[in-house]
Amino acid sequence: MKELELNTTTINFGPQHPAAHGVLRLVVELEGEVVQRAEPHIGLLHRGTEKLIEYKTYLQAVPYFDRLDYVSPMCQEHAFALATENLLGIDVPERAKYIRVIFAEVTRILNHLLNIPAYAADIGAVTPFLWCFEEREKLLEFHEAVSGARFHAAYFRPGGVHQDMPEGMEEKLFEHFKTLPKFVDDLESLLTNNRILRQRSVDIGIISKAEAIEWGCSGPVLRSAGVAWDLRRSQPYDAYDQVDFDVPVGKKGDCFDRYLVRIEEMRQSINIINQCLHKIKPGPISIEDNKITPPKRNQMKKSMEALIHHFKLFTEGYRVPAGQVYSAVEAPKGEFGVYLVSDGSSKPYRCKIRAPGFAHLQTLDHLSKGHLMADIAAILGSLDIVFGEIDR
Amino acid sequence: MIQILKKINGINNIVENNNLIEIEFENKNILKIFAQLKENSKLKFNQLLDITAVDYPSREFRFDLVYILQSLTINKKIILKTIIKENENIESITNIHRSADWYERECYDLFGIEFLNHPDLRRIMTDYNFEGYPLRKDFPLTGHTEVRYDDLEKKVIYEPVKLSQEFRDFDSESPWEGMENNLFGDEKSTGDN
Repeated sequence: MKELELNTTTINFGPQHPAAHGVLRLVVELEGEVVQRAEPHIGLLHRGTEKLIEYKTYLQAVPYFDRLDYVSPMCQEHAFALATENLLGIDVPERAKYIRVIFAEVTRILNHLLNIPAYAADIGAVTPFLWCFEEREKLLEFHEAVSGARFHAAYFRPGGVHQDMPEGMEEKLFEHFKTLPKFVDDLESLLTNNRILRQRSVDIGIISKAEAIEWGCSGPVLRSAGVAWDLRRSQPYDAYDQVDFDVPVGKKGDCFDRYLVRIEEMRQSINIINQCLHKIKPGPISIEDNKITPPKRNQMKKSMEALIHHFKLFTEGYRVPAGQVYSAVEAPKGEFGVYLVSDGSSKPYRCKIRAPGFAHLQTLDHLSKGHLMADIAAILGSLDIVFGEIDR
Repeated sequence: MIQILKKINGINNIVENNNLIEIEFENKNILKIFAQLKENSKLKFNQLLDITAVDYPSREFRFDLVYILQSLTINKKIILKTIIKENENIESITNIHRSADWYERECYDLFGIEFLNHPDLRRIMTDYNFEGYPLRKDFPLTGHTEVRYDDLEKKVIYEPVKLSQEFRDFDSESPWEGMENNLFGDEKSTGDN
Protein backbone atom coordinates (compact mmCIF):
# COMPACT_ATOMS: atom_id res chain seq x y z
CA MET A 1 0.00 0.00 0.00
CA LYS A 2 1.33 3.38 -0.99
CA GLU A 3 1.57 5.92 1.75
CA LEU A 4 0.36 9.41 1.01
CA GLU A 5 2.27 12.19 2.61
CA LEU A 6 0.53 15.45 3.34
CA ASN A 7 2.91 18.32 3.20
CA THR A 8 0.67 21.03 4.51
CA THR A 9 1.33 22.94 7.68
CA THR A 10 -1.46 24.67 9.55
CA ILE A 11 -0.58 27.81 11.41
CA ASN A 12 -2.49 30.24 13.51
CA PHE A 13 -2.24 33.92 12.56
CA GLY A 14 -3.51 36.23 15.28
CA PRO A 15 -5.69 37.09 17.19
CA GLN A 16 -2.84 39.17 18.60
CA HIS A 17 -0.83 40.20 15.57
CA PRO A 18 -0.02 43.74 14.45
CA ALA A 19 -0.79 42.97 10.80
CA ALA A 20 -4.18 41.47 11.65
CA HIS A 21 -5.61 45.01 12.05
CA GLY A 22 -7.42 44.19 15.24
CA VAL A 23 -8.54 40.86 16.54
CA LEU A 24 -8.55 38.54 13.57
CA ARG A 25 -7.74 34.89 14.00
CA LEU A 26 -6.68 33.31 10.75
CA VAL A 27 -6.10 29.61 10.36
CA VAL A 28 -3.79 29.29 7.40
CA GLU A 29 -2.96 26.05 5.65
CA LEU A 30 0.42 26.26 3.98
CA GLU A 31 2.30 24.09 1.57
CA GLY A 32 5.85 25.26 2.04
CA GLU A 33 5.24 28.97 2.09
CA VAL A 34 2.32 28.94 -0.32
CA VAL A 35 -1.16 29.51 1.09
CA GLN A 36 -3.62 26.73 0.30
CA ARG A 37 -6.47 27.94 2.45
CA ALA A 38 -6.99 30.87 4.78
CA GLU A 39 -9.93 30.67 7.11
CA PRO A 40 -10.81 33.77 9.12
CA HIS A 41 -12.31 33.26 12.57
CA ILE A 42 -14.13 36.44 13.43
CA GLY A 43 -16.35 37.57 16.26
CA LEU A 44 -13.66 38.26 18.84
CA LEU A 45 -14.87 41.84 19.06
CA HIS A 46 -18.58 40.97 18.94
CA ARG A 47 -20.38 43.31 21.35
CA GLY A 48 -23.95 42.68 20.31
CA THR A 49 -24.53 46.19 18.97
CA GLU A 50 -27.67 45.15 17.09
CA LYS A 51 -29.20 43.63 20.21
CA LEU A 52 -28.30 46.67 22.32
CA ILE A 53 -29.89 49.04 19.82
CA GLU A 54 -33.21 47.20 20.21
CA TYR A 55 -33.24 48.35 23.83
CA LYS A 56 -32.37 51.99 23.15
CA THR A 57 -34.32 54.88 21.71
CA TYR A 58 -33.43 56.14 18.26
CA LEU A 59 -31.32 58.96 19.67
CA GLN A 60 -29.52 56.71 22.13
CA ALA A 61 -28.64 54.36 19.28
CA VAL A 62 -26.55 56.99 17.46
CA PRO A 63 -23.34 56.64 19.56
CA TYR A 64 -23.21 52.90 18.90
CA PHE A 65 -22.52 53.71 15.28
CA ASP A 66 -19.34 55.62 16.12
CA ARG A 67 -18.04 52.52 17.78
CA LEU A 68 -18.55 50.21 14.82
CA ASP A 69 -15.90 51.26 12.37
CA TYR A 70 -14.01 53.45 14.82
CA VAL A 71 -11.81 54.83 12.04
CA SER A 72 -14.65 56.53 10.20
CA PRO A 73 -17.28 57.34 12.82
CA MET A 74 -19.38 60.03 11.17
CA CYS A 75 -20.12 58.13 7.97
CA GLN A 76 -21.91 55.44 9.94
CA GLU A 77 -24.05 57.84 11.90
CA HIS A 78 -24.95 59.18 8.50
CA ALA A 79 -26.47 55.86 7.41
CA PHE A 80 -28.50 55.56 10.61
CA ALA A 81 -29.68 59.18 10.44
CA LEU A 82 -30.80 58.69 6.83
CA ALA A 83 -32.66 55.48 7.69
CA THR A 84 -34.49 57.06 10.61
CA GLU A 85 -35.33 60.18 8.61
CA ASN A 86 -36.66 57.98 5.86
CA LEU A 87 -39.02 56.23 8.27
CA LEU A 88 -40.07 59.52 9.86
CA GLY A 89 -40.61 60.99 6.40
CA ILE A 90 -38.65 64.17 7.09
CA ASP A 91 -36.19 66.13 5.01
CA VAL A 92 -33.31 67.92 6.70
CA PRO A 93 -32.49 71.59 5.96
CA GLU A 94 -30.02 72.59 3.27
CA ARG A 95 -27.26 73.66 5.64
CA ALA A 96 -27.38 70.39 7.57
CA LYS A 97 -27.00 68.50 4.30
CA TYR A 98 -23.86 70.44 3.40
CA ILE A 99 -22.39 70.09 6.88
CA ARG A 100 -22.98 66.36 6.69
CA VAL A 101 -21.32 66.08 3.31
CA ILE A 102 -18.32 68.14 4.47
CA PHE A 103 -17.81 66.00 7.56
CA ALA A 104 -18.49 62.73 5.77
CA GLU A 105 -15.65 63.68 3.44
CA VAL A 106 -13.38 64.78 6.29
CA THR A 107 -14.04 61.35 7.78
CA ARG A 108 -13.24 59.69 4.48
CA ILE A 109 -9.86 61.44 4.38
CA LEU A 110 -9.29 60.45 8.01
CA ASN A 111 -10.00 56.84 7.18
CA HIS A 112 -7.71 56.75 4.16
CA LEU A 113 -4.99 58.56 6.10
CA LEU A 114 -5.03 55.63 8.48
CA ASN A 115 -5.45 52.84 5.99
CA ILE A 116 -2.77 53.87 3.49
CA PRO A 117 0.12 54.18 5.97
CA ALA A 118 -1.03 51.12 7.93
CA TYR A 119 -0.98 49.19 4.70
CA ALA A 120 2.45 50.62 3.89
CA ALA A 121 3.68 49.70 7.36
CA ASP A 122 2.46 46.13 6.87
CA ILE A 123 4.70 45.79 3.86
CA GLY A 124 7.71 47.59 5.19
CA ALA A 125 7.40 51.38 5.07
CA VAL A 126 7.32 53.09 8.47
CA THR A 127 7.63 56.81 7.72
CA PRO A 128 4.16 57.40 6.15
CA PHE A 129 2.55 56.22 9.37
CA LEU A 130 4.14 59.05 11.35
CA TRP A 131 3.41 61.63 8.65
CA CYS A 132 -0.22 60.70 8.28
CA PHE A 133 -0.91 60.65 12.00
CA GLU A 134 0.18 64.25 12.21
CA GLU A 135 -2.26 65.14 9.42
CA ARG A 136 -5.00 63.08 11.02
CA GLU A 137 -4.58 64.98 14.24
CA LYS A 138 -5.25 68.26 12.42
CA LEU A 139 -8.43 66.87 10.92
CA LEU A 140 -9.55 65.43 14.25
CA GLU A 141 -9.43 68.95 15.61
CA PHE A 142 -12.23 69.82 13.19
CA HIS A 143 -14.19 66.85 14.50
CA GLU A 144 -13.63 68.11 18.01
CA ALA A 145 -14.59 71.68 17.13
CA VAL A 146 -18.03 70.72 15.85
CA SER A 147 -18.96 67.84 18.11
CA GLY A 148 -16.77 68.08 21.17
CA ALA A 149 -15.22 64.68 20.64
CA ARG A 150 -12.35 63.54 18.50
CA PHE A 151 -13.77 60.16 17.58
CA HIS A 152 -17.08 59.27 19.12
CA ALA A 153 -18.79 62.32 17.76
CA ALA A 154 -22.54 61.50 17.79
CA TYR A 155 -22.85 64.53 15.54
CA PHE A 156 -25.15 63.42 12.71
CA ARG A 157 -28.49 62.89 14.35
CA PRO A 158 -31.86 62.04 12.87
CA GLY A 159 -33.27 65.41 11.84
CA GLY A 160 -29.99 67.16 11.07
CA VAL A 161 -26.76 67.66 12.95
CA HIS A 162 -26.32 68.27 16.66
CA GLN A 163 -25.09 71.86 16.56
CA ASP A 164 -23.92 74.42 14.06
CA MET A 165 -20.25 74.74 13.17
CA PRO A 166 -18.46 77.28 15.38
CA GLU A 167 -17.88 80.75 13.97
CA GLY A 168 -15.01 81.02 11.54
CA MET A 169 -14.97 77.26 10.98
CA GLU A 170 -15.66 77.54 7.26
CA GLU A 171 -12.60 79.76 6.71
CA LYS A 172 -10.44 77.45 8.80
CA LEU A 173 -11.58 74.42 6.82
CA PHE A 174 -11.00 76.30 3.59
CA GLU A 175 -7.46 77.29 4.65
CA HIS A 176 -6.64 73.78 5.78
CA PHE A 177 -7.81 72.12 2.60
CA LYS A 178 -5.60 74.47 0.59
CA THR A 179 -2.56 72.78 2.11
CA LEU A 180 -3.77 69.18 2.16
CA PRO A 181 -3.32 68.43 -1.59
CA LYS A 182 0.37 69.20 -1.14
CA PHE A 183 0.51 66.62 1.63
CA VAL A 184 -1.18 64.00 -0.54
CA ASP A 185 1.43 64.68 -3.24
CA ASP A 186 4.22 64.29 -0.70
CA LEU A 187 2.71 61.05 0.55
CA GLU A 188 2.53 59.76 -2.98
CA SER A 189 6.15 60.70 -3.64
CA LEU A 190 7.09 58.41 -0.75
CA LEU A 191 5.01 55.47 -1.85
CA THR A 192 3.70 55.26 -5.39
CA ASN A 193 7.02 54.76 -7.14
CA ASN A 194 8.65 53.00 -4.24
CA ARG A 195 10.17 49.79 -5.51
CA ILE A 196 9.41 47.75 -2.40
CA LEU A 197 5.78 48.86 -2.30
CA ARG A 198 5.33 47.93 -5.93
CA GLN A 199 7.05 44.58 -5.54
CA ARG A 200 4.84 43.73 -2.62
CA SER A 201 1.54 44.92 -4.05
CA VAL A 202 1.40 44.78 -7.86
CA ASP A 203 -0.36 41.58 -9.01
CA ILE A 204 -1.09 40.54 -5.44
CA GLY A 205 -4.64 39.62 -4.48
CA ILE A 206 -6.26 40.24 -7.85
CA ILE A 207 -10.05 40.37 -7.91
CA SER A 208 -11.86 40.55 -11.24
CA LYS A 209 -14.88 42.70 -12.04
CA ALA A 210 -17.34 39.81 -11.97
CA GLU A 211 -15.88 38.33 -8.80
CA ALA A 212 -15.97 41.65 -6.98
CA ILE A 213 -19.69 42.04 -7.72
CA GLU A 214 -20.39 38.39 -6.94
CA TRP A 215 -18.70 38.59 -3.54
CA GLY A 216 -20.65 41.69 -2.57
CA CYS A 217 -17.61 43.99 -2.60
CA SER A 218 -18.15 47.72 -2.60
CA GLY A 219 -16.20 50.93 -2.22
CA PRO A 220 -12.52 51.08 -3.20
CA VAL A 221 -12.31 47.28 -3.55
CA LEU A 222 -15.06 47.22 -6.18
CA ARG A 223 -13.75 50.34 -7.91
CA SER A 224 -10.20 49.03 -8.08
CA ALA A 225 -11.57 46.09 -10.09
CA GLY A 226 -12.76 48.56 -12.72
CA VAL A 227 -16.41 49.00 -11.79
CA ALA A 228 -17.29 52.69 -11.71
CA TRP A 229 -19.79 52.36 -8.87
CA ASP A 230 -20.13 54.92 -6.14
CA LEU A 231 -23.31 55.38 -4.12
CA ARG A 232 -22.56 59.09 -3.82
CA ARG A 233 -22.95 59.23 -7.60
CA SER A 234 -25.44 56.48 -8.43
CA GLN A 235 -27.89 56.93 -5.55
CA PRO A 236 -27.01 60.39 -4.20
CA TYR A 237 -28.10 61.29 -0.70
CA ASP A 238 -27.99 64.65 1.11
CA ALA A 239 -26.09 67.20 -0.95
CA TYR A 240 -24.03 64.83 -3.09
CA ASP A 241 -26.16 65.63 -6.14
CA GLN A 242 -25.04 69.27 -5.81
CA VAL A 243 -21.32 68.57 -6.12
CA ASP A 244 -19.18 67.45 -8.99
CA PHE A 245 -16.48 64.85 -8.52
CA ASP A 246 -14.71 62.01 -10.29
CA VAL A 247 -14.97 58.34 -9.41
CA PRO A 248 -11.49 56.81 -9.72
CA VAL A 249 -11.36 53.23 -11.00
CA GLY A 250 -8.56 50.70 -11.17
CA LYS A 251 -7.63 48.40 -14.03
CA LYS A 252 -6.47 45.16 -12.50
CA GLY A 253 -8.03 44.95 -9.06
CA ASP A 254 -4.79 44.14 -7.24
CA CYS A 255 -3.49 45.58 -3.97
CA PHE A 256 -1.66 48.37 -5.77
CA ASP A 257 -4.85 49.50 -7.56
CA ARG A 258 -6.72 49.62 -4.29
CA TYR A 259 -3.97 51.81 -2.88
CA LEU A 260 -4.09 54.14 -5.90
CA VAL A 261 -7.88 54.42 -5.76
CA ARG A 262 -7.69 55.51 -2.12
CA ILE A 263 -5.07 58.16 -2.84
CA GLU A 264 -7.22 59.60 -5.62
CA GLU A 265 -10.33 59.47 -3.43
CA MET A 266 -8.61 61.74 -0.93
CA ARG A 267 -8.06 64.32 -3.70
CA GLN A 268 -11.69 64.03 -4.75
CA SER A 269 -12.82 64.45 -1.14
CA ILE A 270 -10.84 67.68 -0.86
CA ASN A 271 -12.50 68.79 -4.07
CA ILE A 272 -15.97 67.98 -2.69
CA ILE A 273 -15.30 69.82 0.56
CA ASN A 274 -14.14 72.92 -1.32
CA GLN A 275 -17.29 72.93 -3.45
CA CYS A 276 -19.48 72.54 -0.36
CA LEU A 277 -17.72 75.39 1.40
CA HIS A 278 -18.53 77.63 -1.55
CA LYS A 279 -22.19 76.58 -1.64
CA ILE A 280 -23.05 76.41 2.05
CA LYS A 281 -25.34 79.19 3.32
CA PRO A 282 -26.41 80.19 6.82
CA GLY A 283 -29.64 78.64 8.00
CA PRO A 284 -31.12 76.07 10.36
CA ILE A 285 -29.03 72.96 11.00
CA SER A 286 -31.83 70.61 12.00
CA ILE A 287 -35.54 70.39 11.39
CA GLU A 288 -37.48 72.79 13.55
CA ASP A 289 -40.02 70.26 14.73
CA ASN A 290 -39.49 69.98 18.48
CA LYS A 291 -41.25 66.63 18.51
CA ILE A 292 -38.06 65.20 16.97
CA THR A 293 -35.16 67.56 17.65
CA PRO A 294 -34.74 69.02 21.13
CA PRO A 295 -35.35 72.75 21.69
CA LYS A 296 -32.47 75.18 22.23
CA ARG A 297 -31.10 75.50 25.72
CA ASN A 298 -32.08 79.16 26.22
CA GLN A 299 -35.63 78.37 25.13
CA MET A 300 -35.70 75.66 27.72
CA LYS A 301 -34.93 78.19 30.45
CA LYS A 302 -37.89 80.36 29.48
CA SER A 303 -40.61 78.17 28.10
CA MET A 304 -42.44 75.40 29.96
CA GLU A 305 -43.41 73.84 26.64
CA ALA A 306 -39.76 73.60 25.59
CA LEU A 307 -38.82 72.03 28.91
CA ILE A 308 -41.50 69.37 28.55
CA HIS A 309 -40.39 68.59 25.02
CA HIS A 310 -36.79 68.32 26.13
CA PHE A 311 -37.70 65.96 28.97
CA LYS A 312 -39.89 63.76 26.80
CA LEU A 313 -37.30 63.56 24.02
CA PHE A 314 -34.53 62.42 26.33
CA THR A 315 -36.58 59.90 28.29
CA GLU A 316 -39.18 58.47 25.98
CA GLY A 317 -37.72 59.58 22.67
CA TYR A 318 -39.83 60.08 19.57
CA ARG A 319 -42.09 57.52 18.02
CA VAL A 320 -41.22 56.35 14.56
CA PRO A 321 -44.02 55.14 12.26
CA ALA A 322 -44.07 51.38 11.69
CA GLY A 323 -42.29 50.19 8.59
CA GLN A 324 -38.99 48.98 7.24
CA VAL A 325 -36.24 50.73 5.37
CA TYR A 326 -32.77 50.06 4.04
CA SER A 327 -30.51 53.11 3.73
CA ALA A 328 -26.95 52.93 2.56
CA VAL A 329 -24.12 55.40 2.35
CA GLU A 330 -20.78 55.24 0.63
CA ALA A 331 -18.60 54.89 3.71
CA PRO A 332 -14.82 55.04 3.17
CA LYS A 333 -14.69 51.25 3.20
CA GLY A 334 -17.67 50.64 0.95
CA GLU A 335 -21.41 50.38 1.16
CA PHE A 336 -22.47 50.78 4.77
CA GLY A 337 -26.15 50.08 5.15
CA VAL A 338 -28.73 50.11 7.90
CA TYR A 339 -31.84 47.95 7.66
CA LEU A 340 -34.28 49.32 10.18
CA VAL A 341 -37.60 47.82 11.24
CA SER A 342 -39.91 49.93 13.37
CA ASP A 343 -43.02 48.73 15.16
CA GLY A 344 -44.29 52.24 15.84
CA SER A 345 -42.68 52.61 19.26
CA SER A 346 -39.75 54.81 20.24
CA LYS A 347 -37.21 51.98 20.00
CA PRO A 348 -36.15 50.17 16.84
CA TYR A 349 -37.65 46.69 16.59
CA ARG A 350 -34.66 45.47 14.61
CA CYS A 351 -31.58 47.23 13.32
CA LYS A 352 -29.36 45.26 11.00
CA ILE A 353 -26.03 46.79 10.13
CA ARG A 354 -24.51 45.95 6.78
CA ALA A 355 -20.76 46.33 7.15
CA PRO A 356 -18.64 46.52 4.01
CA GLY A 357 -15.68 44.86 5.73
CA PHE A 358 -17.72 41.73 6.42
CA ALA A 359 -18.12 41.08 2.71
CA HIS A 360 -14.50 42.00 1.99
CA LEU A 361 -13.02 39.71 4.61
CA GLN A 362 -15.04 36.87 3.19
CA THR A 363 -13.04 37.12 -0.04
CA LEU A 364 -9.73 36.70 1.78
CA ASP A 365 -9.59 32.94 1.28
CA HIS A 366 -10.21 33.41 -2.42
CA LEU A 367 -7.70 36.27 -2.78
CA SER A 368 -4.84 34.70 -0.87
CA LYS A 369 -4.96 31.25 -2.47
CA GLY A 370 -1.66 30.54 -4.17
CA HIS A 371 0.10 33.55 -2.71
CA LEU A 372 2.89 33.52 -0.15
CA MET A 373 2.20 33.75 3.55
CA ALA A 374 3.72 37.24 3.66
CA ASP A 375 1.21 38.44 1.06
CA ILE A 376 -1.66 37.82 3.44
CA ALA A 377 -0.59 40.88 5.41
CA ALA A 378 -0.57 42.93 2.20
CA ILE A 379 -4.00 41.67 1.12
CA LEU A 380 -5.53 42.26 4.55
CA GLY A 381 -4.14 45.77 4.65
CA SER A 382 -5.42 46.61 1.19
CA LEU A 383 -8.94 45.37 1.99
CA ASP A 384 -9.14 47.94 4.80
CA ILE A 385 -10.37 45.66 7.55
CA VAL A 386 -11.58 47.12 10.84
CA PHE A 387 -13.04 44.70 13.32
CA GLY A 388 -15.39 47.06 15.01
CA GLU A 389 -17.72 46.93 12.05
CA ILE A 390 -17.17 43.31 11.04
CA ASP A 391 -17.90 41.81 14.45
CA ARG A 392 -20.42 44.49 15.42
CA MET B 1 -39.32 46.71 -14.03
CA ILE B 2 -42.25 45.91 -11.76
CA GLN B 3 -43.90 44.18 -14.74
CA ILE B 4 -40.91 41.87 -15.18
CA LEU B 5 -40.81 41.14 -11.47
CA LYS B 6 -44.49 40.22 -11.44
CA LYS B 7 -43.92 37.55 -14.07
CA ILE B 8 -41.47 35.64 -11.87
CA ASN B 9 -43.12 32.59 -10.37
CA GLY B 10 -43.49 32.54 -6.60
CA ILE B 11 -43.48 36.28 -5.99
CA ASN B 12 -46.57 37.25 -4.06
CA ASN B 13 -46.64 40.90 -3.31
CA ILE B 14 -44.66 43.89 -4.59
CA VAL B 15 -44.66 47.25 -2.83
CA GLU B 16 -42.77 50.23 -4.19
CA ASN B 17 -41.65 52.69 -1.57
CA ASN B 18 -39.57 55.68 -2.74
CA ASN B 19 -36.35 54.19 -4.11
CA LEU B 20 -36.89 50.77 -2.61
CA ILE B 21 -38.90 47.79 -3.79
CA GLU B 22 -40.19 45.31 -1.24
CA ILE B 23 -41.15 41.85 -2.39
CA GLU B 24 -42.72 38.96 -0.55
CA PHE B 25 -42.09 35.45 -1.85
CA GLU B 26 -42.74 31.81 -0.99
CA ASN B 27 -39.73 30.08 0.46
CA LYS B 28 -40.12 26.86 -1.52
CA ASN B 29 -39.36 28.75 -4.74
CA ILE B 30 -36.32 30.55 -3.37
CA LEU B 31 -33.69 29.05 -5.70
CA LYS B 32 -35.73 29.68 -8.85
CA ILE B 33 -36.52 33.24 -7.86
CA PHE B 34 -32.96 34.22 -7.05
CA ALA B 35 -31.61 32.56 -10.20
CA GLN B 36 -34.12 34.45 -12.33
CA LEU B 37 -33.46 37.75 -10.61
CA LYS B 38 -29.76 37.30 -11.27
CA GLU B 39 -29.92 36.02 -14.84
CA ASN B 40 -32.74 38.09 -16.33
CA SER B 41 -30.93 40.52 -18.62
CA LYS B 42 -33.34 43.35 -17.78
CA LEU B 43 -32.89 42.97 -14.01
CA LYS B 44 -29.40 41.61 -13.28
CA PHE B 45 -29.71 41.60 -9.51
CA ASN B 46 -26.21 40.23 -9.24
CA GLN B 47 -25.03 41.66 -5.94
CA LEU B 48 -26.31 40.22 -2.69
CA LEU B 49 -25.88 42.88 -0.03
CA ASP B 50 -27.21 41.20 3.06
CA ILE B 51 -29.29 38.44 4.58
CA THR B 52 -30.94 38.99 7.91
CA ALA B 53 -33.97 37.99 9.94
CA VAL B 54 -36.51 39.65 12.20
CA ASP B 55 -37.97 37.72 15.11
CA TYR B 56 -41.69 37.92 15.98
CA PRO B 57 -42.08 35.38 18.81
CA SER B 58 -45.88 35.61 18.94
CA ARG B 59 -46.42 34.65 15.32
CA GLU B 60 -46.88 31.11 14.05
CA PHE B 61 -44.37 31.85 11.31
CA ARG B 62 -41.83 33.22 13.71
CA PHE B 63 -39.18 34.76 11.47
CA ASP B 64 -39.14 37.25 8.65
CA LEU B 65 -36.16 36.30 6.52
CA VAL B 66 -34.89 39.31 4.60
CA TYR B 67 -32.62 39.35 1.55
CA ILE B 68 -31.28 42.63 0.18
CA LEU B 69 -30.22 42.60 -3.46
CA GLN B 70 -28.72 45.26 -5.66
CA SER B 71 -28.50 45.57 -9.41
CA LEU B 72 -25.57 47.61 -10.64
CA THR B 73 -27.02 47.54 -14.16
CA ILE B 74 -30.37 49.19 -13.48
CA ASN B 75 -29.25 50.90 -10.26
CA LYS B 76 -31.94 49.50 -7.99
CA LYS B 77 -32.13 47.82 -4.62
CA ILE B 78 -34.79 45.32 -3.64
CA ILE B 79 -35.75 43.77 -0.33
CA LEU B 80 -37.04 40.22 -0.56
CA LYS B 81 -38.92 38.86 2.36
CA THR B 82 -40.29 35.47 3.30
CA ILE B 83 -41.75 34.04 6.48
CA ILE B 84 -40.61 30.79 8.07
CA LYS B 85 -41.49 28.81 11.19
CA GLU B 86 -39.11 28.27 14.06
CA ASN B 87 -37.95 24.78 13.09
CA GLU B 88 -38.33 25.18 9.37
CA ASN B 89 -35.33 25.00 7.06
CA ILE B 90 -34.71 27.02 3.98
CA GLU B 91 -32.59 26.29 0.94
CA SER B 92 -29.19 28.01 0.93
CA ILE B 93 -28.48 30.34 -1.99
CA THR B 94 -24.69 29.95 -1.86
CA ASN B 95 -24.73 28.34 -5.29
CA ILE B 96 -26.27 31.48 -6.78
CA HIS B 97 -24.56 34.18 -4.71
CA ARG B 98 -21.20 33.19 -3.25
CA SER B 99 -21.31 36.00 -0.73
CA ALA B 100 -24.34 34.34 0.89
CA ASP B 101 -21.93 32.00 2.69
CA TRP B 102 -21.10 34.22 5.66
CA TYR B 103 -24.45 36.01 5.70
CA GLU B 104 -26.25 32.70 6.14
CA ARG B 105 -23.78 31.63 8.80
CA GLU B 106 -24.47 34.84 10.66
CA CYS B 107 -28.21 34.30 10.41
CA TYR B 108 -27.81 30.75 11.68
CA ASP B 109 -25.61 31.93 14.53
CA LEU B 110 -27.79 34.75 15.76
CA PHE B 111 -31.28 33.42 14.99
CA GLY B 112 -30.89 29.64 14.69
CA ILE B 113 -32.30 29.44 11.18
CA GLU B 114 -30.83 26.47 9.37
CA PHE B 115 -29.94 26.63 5.71
CA LEU B 116 -30.04 23.41 3.71
CA ASN B 117 -27.06 22.53 1.51
CA HIS B 118 -24.87 25.25 2.97
CA PRO B 119 -21.20 24.24 2.53
CA ASP B 120 -20.06 25.11 6.05
CA LEU B 121 -22.85 26.07 8.43
CA ARG B 122 -21.01 26.95 11.65
CA ARG B 123 -21.34 29.75 14.17
CA ILE B 124 -19.47 32.88 13.14
CA MET B 125 -19.99 35.80 15.52
CA THR B 126 -20.39 34.22 18.92
CA ASP B 127 -17.80 32.47 21.08
CA TYR B 128 -16.66 28.91 20.52
CA ASN B 129 -19.16 26.56 22.27
CA PHE B 130 -21.73 29.31 22.64
CA GLU B 131 -25.28 28.22 23.33
CA GLY B 132 -28.48 29.98 22.36
CA TYR B 133 -29.41 32.45 19.64
CA PRO B 134 -28.72 36.01 20.82
CA LEU B 135 -30.88 38.04 18.46
CA ARG B 136 -34.07 36.17 19.27
CA LYS B 137 -36.39 38.31 21.31
CA ASP B 138 -36.53 35.74 24.14
CA PHE B 139 -32.73 35.85 24.64
CA PRO B 140 -31.92 38.21 27.53
CA LEU B 141 -29.88 41.34 26.79
CA THR B 142 -27.38 40.43 29.49
CA GLY B 143 -26.83 36.91 28.12
CA HIS B 144 -26.45 33.73 30.16
CA THR B 145 -22.73 33.41 30.83
CA GLU B 146 -19.87 35.75 31.59
CA VAL B 147 -16.12 35.17 31.47
CA ARG B 148 -13.32 36.14 33.77
CA TYR B 149 -9.69 35.22 34.29
CA ASP B 150 -9.32 32.87 37.23
CA ASP B 151 -6.04 33.43 39.00
CA LEU B 152 -6.01 30.03 40.72
CA GLU B 153 -6.79 27.97 37.66
CA LYS B 154 -4.67 30.27 35.47
CA LYS B 155 -7.23 30.34 32.71
CA VAL B 156 -10.37 32.12 31.54
CA ILE B 157 -13.48 30.54 33.01
CA TYR B 158 -17.19 30.76 32.18
CA GLU B 159 -19.76 31.49 34.89
CA PRO B 160 -23.48 32.24 34.91
CA VAL B 161 -24.13 35.99 34.74
CA LYS B 162 -24.22 37.64 38.16
CA LEU B 163 -25.82 41.06 38.22
CA SER B 164 -25.06 43.23 41.23
CA GLN B 165 -28.21 45.12 40.41
CA GLU B 166 -31.22 43.60 38.69
CA PHE B 167 -31.54 44.45 35.02
CA ARG B 168 -33.73 47.52 34.74
CA ASP B 169 -35.65 48.21 31.59
CA PHE B 170 -37.53 51.44 32.11
CA ASP B 171 -40.71 51.82 30.16
CA SER B 172 -40.89 55.57 29.72
CA GLU B 173 -43.39 55.47 26.90
CA SER B 174 -46.40 57.59 27.50
CA PRO B 175 -49.49 55.37 27.76
CA TRP B 176 -51.74 58.09 26.40
CA GLU B 177 -50.28 58.39 22.94
CA GLY B 178 -51.20 55.84 20.34
CA MET B 179 -53.87 54.25 22.52
CA GLU B 180 -56.33 52.35 20.40
CA ASN B 181 -58.88 50.63 22.62
CA ASN B 182 -61.25 53.10 24.20
CA LEU B 183 -61.83 53.23 27.91
CA PHE B 184 -65.11 52.23 29.46
CA GLY B 185 -67.50 55.18 29.25
CA ASP B 186 -65.70 56.91 26.38
CA GLU B 187 -68.62 56.33 24.06
CA LYS B 188 -70.67 58.78 26.12
CA SER B 189 -68.48 61.70 25.04
CA THR B 190 -69.10 61.11 21.34
CA GLY B 191 -72.66 59.80 21.37
CA ASP B 192 -75.77 61.85 20.72
CA ASN B 193 -77.01 61.69 24.33
